[in-house]
Amino acid sequence: MIAYLFIFLGLVFMFFGTLGIIRFPDIYTRLQTSSKCDTAGAVALLVGLMVREGLNLFSLRILIILIFLLLTNPVATHAIARSAAIRGIKPWLKKKNIKGE
Amino acid sequence: MTAVTIIITVLGVTASLTLYRVIFGPTSWDRLIAVNLISSKVIMIMVAAAVFFERRIYLDVALVYAIIGFVSIIAISKFLEGEGTGKK
Repeated sequence: MIAYLFIFLGLVFMFFGTLGIIRFPDIYTRLQTSSKCDTAGAVALLVGLMVREGLNLFSLRILIILIFLLLTNPVATHAIARSAAIRGIKPWLKKKNIKGE
Repeated sequence: MTAVTIIITVLGVTASLTLYRVIFGPTSWDRLIAVNLISSKVIMIMVAAAVFFERRIYLDVALVYAIIGFVSIIAISKFLEGEGTGKK
Protein backbone atom coordinates (compact mmCIF):
# COMPACT_ATOMS: atom_id res chain seq x y z
CA MET A 1 0.00 0.00 0.00
CA ILE A 2 2.82 2.41 0.88
CA ALA A 3 4.56 1.45 -2.35
CA TYR A 4 1.53 2.37 -4.44
CA LEU A 5 1.18 5.66 -2.53
CA PHE A 6 4.75 6.61 -3.47
CA ILE A 7 4.22 5.52 -7.09
CA PHE A 8 1.04 7.63 -7.30
CA LEU A 9 2.94 10.63 -5.91
CA GLY A 10 5.64 10.19 -8.54
CA LEU A 11 3.09 9.95 -11.35
CA VAL A 12 1.39 13.15 -10.13
CA PHE A 13 4.76 14.94 -10.16
CA MET A 14 5.44 13.66 -13.67
CA PHE A 15 2.04 14.85 -14.94
CA PHE A 16 2.35 18.36 -13.56
CA GLY A 17 5.95 18.66 -14.75
CA THR A 18 4.79 17.85 -18.26
CA LEU A 19 1.98 20.41 -17.95
CA GLY A 20 4.55 23.04 -16.95
CA ILE A 21 6.82 22.12 -19.87
CA ILE A 22 3.97 22.66 -22.31
CA ARG A 23 2.37 25.76 -20.79
CA PHE A 24 5.16 27.94 -19.36
CA PRO A 25 6.44 30.92 -21.38
CA ASP A 26 10.22 30.90 -20.94
CA ILE A 27 13.35 28.74 -20.82
CA TYR A 28 14.04 29.34 -17.14
CA THR A 29 10.49 28.65 -15.94
CA ARG A 30 10.42 25.49 -18.04
CA LEU A 31 13.74 24.46 -16.50
CA GLN A 32 12.24 24.88 -13.04
CA THR A 33 9.32 22.50 -13.65
CA SER A 34 11.58 20.11 -15.53
CA SER A 35 13.96 19.90 -12.60
CA LYS A 36 11.10 19.22 -10.15
CA CYS A 37 9.78 16.53 -12.48
CA ASP A 38 13.21 14.96 -12.80
CA THR A 39 14.25 14.84 -9.14
CA ALA A 40 11.04 14.70 -7.06
CA GLY A 41 9.05 12.52 -9.44
CA ALA A 42 11.89 10.11 -10.14
CA VAL A 43 12.83 9.77 -6.47
CA ALA A 44 9.22 9.15 -5.38
CA LEU A 45 8.62 6.58 -8.13
CA LEU A 46 11.89 4.71 -7.53
CA VAL A 47 11.35 4.66 -3.75
CA GLY A 48 7.89 3.21 -4.38
CA LEU A 49 9.32 0.50 -6.63
CA MET A 50 12.02 -0.29 -4.02
CA VAL A 51 9.41 -0.66 -1.25
CA ARG A 52 7.35 -2.95 -3.48
CA GLU A 53 10.37 -5.13 -4.32
CA GLY A 54 11.58 -5.58 -0.73
CA LEU A 55 15.11 -5.68 0.63
CA ASN A 56 17.40 -7.68 -1.63
CA LEU A 57 20.17 -7.21 -4.17
CA PHE A 58 17.70 -6.12 -6.84
CA SER A 59 16.42 -3.16 -4.83
CA LEU A 60 20.04 -2.20 -4.00
CA ARG A 61 20.60 -1.82 -7.74
CA ILE A 62 17.54 0.44 -7.98
CA LEU A 63 19.11 2.49 -5.14
CA ILE A 64 22.27 2.92 -7.25
CA ILE A 65 20.17 4.29 -10.16
CA LEU A 66 18.35 6.60 -7.72
CA ILE A 67 21.60 8.02 -6.30
CA PHE A 68 22.97 8.50 -9.82
CA LEU A 69 19.85 10.38 -10.94
CA LEU A 70 19.90 12.46 -7.76
CA LEU A 71 23.51 13.48 -8.47
CA THR A 72 23.31 14.10 -12.21
CA ASN A 73 19.91 15.72 -12.87
CA PRO A 74 20.66 19.01 -11.01
CA VAL A 75 24.04 19.15 -12.77
CA ALA A 76 22.38 18.80 -16.19
CA THR A 77 19.75 21.44 -15.33
CA HIS A 78 22.46 23.83 -14.16
CA ALA A 79 24.52 23.25 -17.31
CA ILE A 80 21.54 24.05 -19.57
CA ALA A 81 20.68 27.20 -17.61
CA ARG A 82 24.32 28.34 -17.59
CA SER A 83 24.74 27.91 -21.34
CA ALA A 84 21.48 29.80 -21.99
CA ALA A 85 22.57 32.63 -19.69
CA ILE A 86 26.01 32.88 -21.31
CA ARG A 87 24.42 33.11 -24.77
CA GLY A 88 22.33 36.04 -23.55
CA ILE A 89 18.77 34.71 -23.23
CA LYS A 90 16.74 37.26 -21.24
CA PRO A 91 14.30 36.05 -18.57
CA TRP A 92 10.58 36.49 -19.28
CA LEU A 93 8.87 39.49 -17.63
CA LYS A 94 5.24 40.53 -17.40
CA LYS A 95 4.49 43.63 -19.46
CA LYS A 96 2.76 45.33 -16.51
CA ASN A 97 6.03 45.39 -14.56
CA ILE A 98 7.92 46.97 -17.44
CA LYS A 99 5.30 49.72 -17.84
CA GLY A 100 5.22 50.41 -14.12
CA GLU A 101 8.88 51.27 -13.89
CA MET B 1 -6.20 -2.93 -15.31
CA THR B 2 -3.11 -3.65 -13.35
CA ALA B 3 -0.67 -1.21 -11.77
CA VAL B 4 2.09 -1.67 -14.33
CA THR B 5 -0.32 -0.84 -17.16
CA ILE B 6 -1.27 2.44 -15.47
CA ILE B 7 2.36 3.37 -14.74
CA ILE B 8 3.64 2.68 -18.25
CA THR B 9 0.60 4.35 -19.86
CA VAL B 10 0.93 7.55 -17.82
CA LEU B 11 4.68 7.78 -18.39
CA GLY B 12 4.35 7.08 -22.11
CA VAL B 13 1.55 9.59 -22.63
CA THR B 14 3.43 12.33 -20.74
CA ALA B 15 6.60 11.58 -22.73
CA SER B 16 4.60 11.90 -25.95
CA LEU B 17 3.17 15.23 -24.78
CA THR B 18 6.71 16.44 -24.01
CA LEU B 19 7.54 15.70 -27.64
CA TYR B 20 5.49 18.81 -28.54
CA ARG B 21 8.23 20.97 -27.04
CA VAL B 22 10.90 19.10 -28.99
CA ILE B 23 9.16 19.80 -32.29
CA PHE B 24 7.83 23.36 -31.74
CA GLY B 25 10.41 24.69 -29.26
CA PRO B 26 11.43 28.26 -30.09
CA THR B 27 15.11 27.86 -29.16
CA SER B 28 17.55 24.98 -28.95
CA TRP B 29 17.53 24.98 -25.13
CA ASP B 30 13.81 24.21 -25.04
CA ARG B 31 14.43 21.13 -27.15
CA LEU B 32 17.33 20.16 -24.85
CA ILE B 33 15.12 20.43 -21.73
CA ALA B 34 12.42 18.30 -23.35
CA VAL B 35 14.92 15.64 -24.45
CA ASN B 36 16.31 15.49 -20.91
CA LEU B 37 12.80 14.96 -19.53
CA ILE B 38 11.97 12.25 -22.09
CA SER B 39 15.19 10.39 -21.22
CA SER B 40 14.31 10.51 -17.51
CA LYS B 41 10.83 9.12 -18.25
CA VAL B 42 12.23 6.30 -20.36
CA ILE B 43 14.49 5.33 -17.44
CA MET B 44 11.41 5.22 -15.18
CA ILE B 45 9.58 2.98 -17.68
CA MET B 46 12.55 0.59 -17.81
CA VAL B 47 12.80 0.32 -14.00
CA ALA B 48 9.03 -0.23 -13.69
CA ALA B 49 9.17 -2.97 -16.34
CA ALA B 50 12.15 -4.57 -14.57
CA VAL B 51 10.29 -4.67 -11.23
CA PHE B 52 6.86 -5.76 -12.44
CA PHE B 53 7.87 -8.23 -15.16
CA GLU B 54 10.91 -9.54 -13.17
CA ARG B 55 13.38 -8.98 -15.97
CA ARG B 56 16.57 -8.19 -14.08
CA ILE B 57 18.55 -7.17 -17.17
CA TYR B 58 16.45 -4.04 -17.75
CA LEU B 59 18.03 -2.34 -14.73
CA ASP B 60 21.49 -2.45 -16.31
CA VAL B 61 20.03 -1.04 -19.51
CA ALA B 62 18.43 1.79 -17.51
CA LEU B 63 21.73 2.60 -15.75
CA VAL B 64 23.68 2.74 -19.02
CA TYR B 65 20.91 4.85 -20.58
CA ALA B 66 21.13 7.30 -17.66
CA ILE B 67 24.93 7.62 -18.03
CA ILE B 68 24.74 8.19 -21.81
CA GLY B 69 21.91 10.73 -21.42
CA PHE B 70 23.84 12.72 -18.81
CA VAL B 71 27.02 12.85 -20.88
CA SER B 72 25.12 13.88 -24.02
CA ILE B 73 23.21 16.65 -22.21
CA ILE B 74 26.45 18.07 -20.78
CA ALA B 75 28.19 17.87 -24.17
CA ILE B 76 25.34 19.53 -26.12
CA SER B 77 24.96 22.34 -23.59
CA LYS B 78 28.71 23.02 -23.67
CA PHE B 79 28.45 23.05 -27.47
CA LEU B 80 25.57 25.55 -27.47
CA GLU B 81 27.45 27.74 -25.02
CA GLY B 82 29.97 28.74 -27.66
CA GLU B 83 29.43 29.05 -31.36
CA GLY B 84 27.34 26.58 -33.24
CA THR B 85 23.73 27.76 -32.96
CA GLY B 86 24.00 29.39 -36.36
CA LYS B 87 22.77 32.70 -35.00
CA LYS B 88 24.89 35.73 -34.35
